[in-house]
Amino acid sequence: MSIFQEALSTAFLLILQRDADLMEIIGLSMQVSLTALFIACVLGLPLGALMGSREFRFKQSLRGIFNALMGVPPVVVGLIVYLNLSRSGLFGALELLYTPTAMIIAQVILILPIIAALSSQILEDLHEEYRDLFSSLVVPPHKALLAYIIDARYSLLTIILAGFGRAISEVGAVMIVGGNIDHLTRVMTTAIALETSKGELALALALGIILLLLALLVNFAAQQFKSFQTVQRYGGGR
Amino acid sequence: MRCALLPIQIDRLWLKARHKPLLRDISVTIKGDGITVIMGPNGAGKSLFIRCLHGLSQPDSGAINFAGTPLNSDIRQRQALMFQKPILLKRTVQQNLAFVQSLRADILMADIERVLEQVGLRHLAKQPVKQLSGGEQQRLALARALLLRPEMLFLDEACANLDPASVGQIESVLLEASNRGQKIILITHDIAQAKRLADDIVFLHHGQLWEHSPADRFFTRPASEQAQAYLDGQILI
Repeated sequence: MSIFQEALSTAFLLILQRDADLMEIIGLSMQVSLTALFIACVLGLPLGALMGSREFRFKQSLRGIFNALMGVPPVVVGLIVYLNLSRSGLFGALELLYTPTAMIIAQVILILPIIAALSSQILEDLHEEYRDLFSSLVVPPHKALLAYIIDARYSLLTIILAGFGRAISEVGAVMIVGGNIDHLTRVMTTAIALETSKGELALALALGIILLLLALLVNFAAQQFKSFQTVQRYGGGR
Repeated sequence: MRCALLPIQIDRLWLKARHKPLLRDISVTIKGDGITVIMGPNGAGKSLFIRCLHGLSQPDSGAINFAGTPLNSDIRQRQALMFQKPILLKRTVQQNLAFVQSLRADILMADIERVLEQVGLRHLAKQPVKQLSGGEQQRLALARALLLRPEMLFLDEACANLDPASVGQIESVLLEASNRGQKIILITHDIAQAKRLADDIVFLHHGQLWEHSPADRFFTRPASEQAQAYLDGQILI
């Protein structure tokens, strides 16, 4: 049996048996990544809207920083968070190192720039398009902002999915700040890295397949949501 | 019923971009009800001129008064502007109008139905705007403008690139609005349309006002050589 066949059968077996360890790892992976995504959206979308629709001092510098941070290596983020959360670090007293919270912090830092920078670009394009209309209609700023978010919802959803993809697939930072501790901070990516290093390639590949399926499932759900919304709003088309 | 925003007094209006004057010392008083048509070759400053009248562009100097009051937020809310390329929200026809309704407490659902009927779009109320033709989009923009019940309606080449049926429909709605006492200020390059609609003509060239005359006189005996050349279809430099 080839390693891929073995991996596939191992993956299906693990899923069908609802293996307790696997379920725990999947649960923690989703919990950490979705929490990080939620926080990054709460912070990043208003920030993106601000950068996209308002003029203020240092706006271009702020945008440049976020653009640059989109490409920052996860291990560097992990290292910085590690230094700050370690006992001698700035936030050492909080004793967050090697906890899921530390992993969430690292992931928020990783995906916040993606959410803020990309949403700012999309909302800026929309702002350019609507500017004269909203000025002509004397639309109050809060209503304009809401209109931008509503009309850009599908593009924003794509950005949110990109953020989720970055979070769920990330390994370097969560390994450094989480420590890959069994039953505490072990997530799918760190488990894959561990199993690979142990030579358990079939199990590592099985975990990889499950991770891939999870990512596809989330994207599929988002796509279904979009289609449902379109049908709800516009009916069956002209 | 006379438009309460008249007369429009424009005094020594200047607007420059990168030190290049785009509007030069324009002084004109538009007193009459009905339809004023702004004409002139490309680059004459026509769009910029009505953007200034609607407060979308700020002149460098000069004064614009509506019935003796400088342009302010209240006056702007009593105006509406139809752009050459309609700017529509990425929603359905009805939702575009509902957005305007959300801005003004006095607009009712029945008003939305009425303006949709008026511009012949009632059967497309649930369609997303991206599925509308150019003419339908422009009629939706007109419906949105009418929904605001503006005392003064500006149209920036709103009928450009439309088929004769759509132009005819928009023109009949404009004439109805004008007969109800709404002041219409319209930019067009279509001389036949100007002849059909205009009560008076403002002629601009190179950002300067060359002529403001009643329509019949403008088309039979224009006062400026530039206007005559424009009407003769000559290229103005």
